Amino acid sequence: METIKNLELKPSLIDYIAQWRDKPGNLIMILHKAQEEYGFIPRDVAFKLAEVLDVPLAKIYGVITFYHFFKLEKRGKNIINVCMGTACYLKGGEDIIKELEIILGVGLNTVTPDGKFSVEAVRCLGCCGLAPVVSINGTVYGKLSKNQLPEILSKY
Amino acid sequence: MPYKHYILICAGTACESSHAQEIHDNFIKEIKDRQLESDVQVVKTGCFGFCEQGPIVKILPDNAFYVKLKPEDVKEIVDENIIKGRVVQRLLYSPKEDKGRHQMTDVANIDFYQKQFRIVLRNCGIIDPEKIDEYIARDGYKALEKVLFEMSPTQVIDEVSRSGLRGRGGAGFPTGLKWSFTQKTSSDVKYIVCNADEGDPGAYMDRSTLEGDPHSILEAMTIAGYAVGAHKGYIYIRAEYPLAIERLNIAIGQARDYGLLGEKILGSNFDFDIEIRLGAGAFVCGEETALLASVEGERGMPRPRPPFPAVKGLWGKPTVINNVETWANIPVIILKGASWFAKIGTERSKGTKVFALTGKINNSGLIEVPMGTTLREIIFDIGGGIKDGKQFKAAQTGGPSGGVIPAEFLDTPIDYDNLTAIGSMMGSGGMIVMDEDDCIVDITKFYLQFSVDESCGKCAPCRIGGYQLLNLLEKITSGRGEMADLNKLFKISQAMQKASLCGLGQTASNPVLSTMKYFGEEYQEHIQNNKCRARKCAQLLKFEILPEKCVKCGLCAKVCPVGAISGDREKGYVIDQAKCIRCGQCLERCKFKAITRG
Repeated sequence: METIKNLELKPSLIDYIAQWRDKPGNLIMILHKAQEEYGFIPRDVAFKLAEVLDVPLAKIYGVITFYHFFKLEKRGKNIINVCMGTACYLKGGEDIIKELEIILGVGLNTVTPDGKFSVEAVRCLGCCGLAPVVSINGTVYGKLSKNQLPEILSKY
Repeated sequence: MPYKHYILICAGTACESSHAQEIHDNFIKEIKDRQLESDVQVVKTGCFGFCEQGPIVKILPDNAFYVKLKPEDVKEIVDENIIKGRVVQRLLYSPKEDKGRHQMTDVANIDFYQKQFRIVLRNCGIIDPEKIDEYIARDGYKALEKVLFEMSPTQVIDEVSRSGLRGRGGAGFPTGLKWSFTQKTSSDVKYIVCNADEGDPGAYMDRSTLEGDPHSILEAMTIAGYAVGAHKGYIYIRAEYPLAIERLNIAIGQARDYGLLGEKILGSNFDFDIEIRLGAGAFVCGEETALLASVEGERGMPRPRPPFPAVKGLWGKPTVINNVETWANIPVIILKGASWFAKIGTERSKGTKVFALTGKINNSGLIEVPMGTTLREIIFDIGGGIKDGKQFKAAQTGGPSGGVIPAEFLDTPIDYDNLTAIGSMMGSGGMIVMDEDDCIVDITKFYLQFSVDESCGKCAPCRIGGYQLLNLLEKITSGRGEMADLNKLFKISQAMQKASLCGLGQTASNPVLSTMKYFGEEYQEHIQNNKCRARKCAQLLKFEILPEKCVKCGLCAKVCPVGAISGDREKGYVIDQAKCIRCGQCLERCKFKAITRG
């Protein structure tokens, strides 16, 4: 517990909290900012937020675990989101996941041992016209065939 | 001074992801190099809708519609079209059937656009969504001005009621009626909420509207604020839509600068402001009471209705909550009048509907058609038919809450009531086309998997029922199904419809009921004959080596991960069906097509 007491939140997060502190319903917005700063929501940051915002830790974890967007574990340096919306599913989204598993050696929601990639399935990136779609760090690759994956991954 | 040429570049998500930004930068550079800045304006617009053909660039006044552009094509377009006035034929859109011969220049002639009628998407692909002046030039904020200075709040609600507009989020509740409930409830504080939590897999209408025309939503929410007496609005939007969030933020900033949001709007006595709240990836938050819980910063769990949000919503105050597409209709209804709007559509469903047309279709993209358009017109006239000349099997509407529409209903006019009558629903507007290669049981399993993942767990019928449905479907697709399972599927589905707390649970079994109704024989085939006619369900497949085609190279035996293929280069090879895990690697690697799957 000692380390948690001494933990200093990043200044940009502290500023953000100051800006949102008095607004009702601010918890989700603050968690978004925390995840943006740290890449995920580390346990000690959650403890600190509970203290700073004066809300029970259980409530913070209740919210984090309810929403898919919030992550409790460190993610890879590059985040591969494989779209599993209906259009992508019909056009072979599952094959893309299988192929990534073969190439990277890890399945969904796991980080590669070198910490370089993590693979996540997402619900519809909203470019169904390009199905099947993968996004890596926000860059979208559409109309993919699994043969293109090694080349795309080699860029990262 | 007006420009001589306008270059409109689609900056929707689909085009952006295929180098639209680079194309834009190249145009800027080429125009600058030739010192044409005073003659040519380059505009990044919202979605043109024809995502299949992206990236798309349109040049006015020539009306040249360039498709599938590459960044290196830009120079040629500037040299030929802009400078010499000659349209670059090779880059124009040409319909599939006469590829390369008869190319279209006039957008109005393109089959994809012919049966469309744009109200919601009126500005998408025309204005730069990051410039408020362009919205204003297209009569933007004129409806707000009319409302504030010429109409009483009750008149506004009457106008919306008379237009016949129904909520576009799925259930189709009359919008004017909803507003009147909130107006009549007395309270010191009231709220306006925009539902932009488009979680439906395979749907991106709201995203495109927000990205292409964010001001229309701000204007509409402000009008509703005036009508019901609210001074604060929230837009609840998915965190997965960064571009839409950015454009909304820009739009809100500009509207505040212009005095169109904030205190004393346009010099009237009316105050209204809007804030953005981010979702965090929970499909159930599209349900209005769950959404409100999420705006309040809580776990997004629904609560029983009544009381409805219109009476007791956000922080217990009366709240009008509508989805993006509904809002986008409002300014047009105010400006053109309820009777104009009510002329469009069918008797009980007025106006238009935006669909995200995707799946096994030639022209996938975003379309807007009058209510009452038939599925056949959408799929074959606008959508250009099924990909690779395959057979149409079914269209799925309403996503995980909806159902399938089989070929026999291709000529049914699409509106709220007709879709409900045939066991599907309007939903938010995803329309996914399936062909003969798609297994109906597998797709149903996909939707159930989705609903089970997204169930919040608060009520038992949805939490347990969904899980049981999924298990049964898993059993059937892996060849262990029994005929008695069909009855179980039916009974659990009905129980979920009746007993679940919110819309998610009540509709989660719709895909099961609708596919069992129209494709019951496929379920039976899976169970009785261990057969998947679409050859999708791997566990029901049998891989075999055809001796007459096999050259005995042995590659298949080498790639088989479980050693199920035995033999040698003399005698040939056979697959041990007991060991085979049906991964399909042998089939994929065989260069001689000597392995069959059936």
